[in-house]
Amino acid sequence: MDSKKFLKELCEGVGISGYEHTVVNSIINEFKPLTDEIQIDKLGNLIAVSRGNKDTNIKIMIAAHMDEIGLMVKDIDKNGFIKFTNVGGIDSRTLLAQEVLVHGKECLFGVIGAKPPHLSNPSERNDAIKMKDLSIDVGLKKEAVEKLVEVGDLISIKRSFTDLQGNWVSGKALDDRAGIVAMFECVKELSKLKHEADVYYVSTVQEEVGLRGAVTSTYKINPDIGIAIDVGFGATPELPKEDVIDIGKGPAITLGGNIHPTLRKHLVEIAKEYNIKFQTEIEAGPTGTDARAMQITRAGVPTLLLSLPLRYMHTSVETIDMDDIKACGQLLARFISSITSENLEGLLCY
Amino acid sequence: MLLKKLTEANGVSGNEKEVRDLIIEEIKDYVDDIKVDRIGNIIAYKKGSIETPKIMIAAHMDEVGLIVTKIDKSGLISFKPVGGLDKRILVSKVVKIGKDRISGVIGAKPIHLQKSNERSKALDYNNLYIDIGAKSNEQAEKIVQVGDYIAFDSEYIEFGDNFVKAKALDDRVGCNILIDLLKSDTKASIYAAFTVMEEIGLVGAAPASYQIDPDIGIVLEGTTCADATDVESHLQSTNVGKGPAISLMDRTTIFDRKFRDMIVETAKENNIPYQFRRSSAGGNDSGRIHTAKEGAVTTTLSVPCRYIHSPINVMSKDDYENTGRLLKQVIKKIEEGGLK
Repeated sequence: MDSKKFLKELCEGVGISGYEHTVVNSIINEFKPLTDEIQIDKLGNLIAVSRGNKDTNIKIMIAAHMDEIGLMVKDIDKNGFIKFTNVGGIDSRTLLAQEVLVHGKECLFGVIGAKPPHLSNPSERNDAIKMKDLSIDVGLKKEAVEKLVEVGDLISIKRSFTDLQGNWVSGKALDDRAGIVAMFECVKELSKLKHEADVYYVSTVQEEVGLRGAVTSTYKINPDIGIAIDVGFGATPELPKEDVIDIGKGPAITLGGNIHPTLRKHLVEIAKEYNIKFQTEIEAGPTGTDARAMQITRAGVPTLLLSLPLRYMHTSVETIDMDDIKACGQLLARFISSITSENLEGLLCY
Repeated sequence: MLLKKLTEANGVSGNEKEVRDLIIEEIKDYVDDIKVDRIGNIIAYKKGSIETPKIMIAAHMDEVGLIVTKIDKSGLISFKPVGGLDKRILVSKVVKIGKDRISGVIGAKPIHLQKSNERSKALDYNNLYIDIGAKSNEQAEKIVQVGDYIAFDSEYIEFGDNFVKAKALDDRVGCNILIDLLKSDTKASIYAAFTVMEEIGLVGAAPASYQIDPDIGIVLEGTTCADATDVESHLQSTNVGKGPAISLMDRTTIFDRKFRDMIVETAKENNIPYQFRRSSAGGNDSGRIHTAKEGAVTTTLSVPCRYIHSPINVMSKDDYENTGRLLKQVIKKIEEGGLK
């Protein structure tokens, strides 16, 4: 499948943290024909393995998380409106006047509303609406809602994937389905190249609620090198320049304590050698990504992080450049192909 | 379906062309005279078979939206509201710019980079912008110009218990009910006014009523509905599912009591549910119509709409159908000599 189509399918699909099984089949369908083995672990991580061409037993793990932030039903009030809480980090200001799907016994369409503005005083209108003051309207009376919806059911934002100018696209859950598509680009690219290492492409679960899927999958695989693919803050005018990376300028190769310095140097050399555009992201402490969990698994794993520049993170209009995703996949493939039993030990030295 | 076509057409106040063209196409074979006046109103006349006081029925074509004010050097687009908008509904939405409907998104600073006190403040227009995916000012200006109108991207969706979600139900519901009336047979002659720029100050209705000079004015509207659970019942201006709302008083009109009593009686006689619009906030084209020339007797019949002036207006199709039924019965009552 074309990468943009795959990304559209993933973003319009639903897989809220802890309930990723609803999106996993879309990923299996694309990875199965291109890899040697598919496994799903006890937490629900999807592991697709591409065996290397030599029996060197080098293991490289690539991780991108397939879960997305969402909402959960807390209560159904006397008029049938649904009250909810968040799963993962959501700015409640992004929820008003949003369309949603309530995943009960049936999938119900609904909208998020609040008390009309003319009933609040003008100063209140400068305040953000709190999550507790928002309700979901599914157009049904209490009794009808109760037949179909239970406390604990999940709610996802309904948002069509939108093409913007050039190769830019916008949608929900690009964080981190774009990372999944970067792995897909890597699989396609690597099929044209030789690689000694066995490559484990892991679509992890529950990243948004605490990097949990990366913990168990890294333990199981016990890789020689771990590489996380996630999204990074795309530059917009209100953000400090030192906190952001530029959309359209290629993946960012992260630098900092979470990242193995020698491996990183090698990754930068590969990018330069193959003329793949990249930028630098600095994170002194542990990154808020799967790379953080990978690094401290078992006796420790040398870790890298590639960040895809993404604007408006954790809104339903996250925006990304498809070219950055492609460049990320190419860089990964070239890097994996460059790792051999001869150079690995040297690359892991400090 | 006509209401889907009407709500998915874009007609931000001052730029009603798409809606106007659609309405003209729908009604031209059913009326005896049709014209677009000097400010863009459609004025149509359908000749009846009996004499009655002169009836003008008005519905406004325009909807609230946004307008492009500036394109910055990185290609991001600043905007202002057109009509009364709660700025808090804008974040994390898709919009369509200009007649070519260029897609854009209104994003927000990632939650990870916000300070906790930022999260409690609503984002204001000077913090919001539209991203169309342009890499520079030059690239953006090739397809978007300052002054282009911006509409919400919102599909017509039926859901729940005979409910509809769409943008611009205020006032495409009125337009649709009026179109349906013109397509039906009435004995009375009808002047239909599809007005422009209601949302920015009842602009179109004044010239329209000056030209028509009616005795009776009927305004068809989508009106605010505040039936959320946390709103006390006396503050709930209307309720979805309880029938057409008959106006009592708003900021622009004290509605004629005799006409109101006649409408209530008509609703009762025909078993049509109705409710009063129990709020004096807001106003509509009636304000201009009842004071045009020597004045007219007016009413407003409205379909209650939740989340009005947002991309996700919600109404009950039952209310919508009952508003159309009530209008037809009121016309019949006038034909029979009521309100003389």
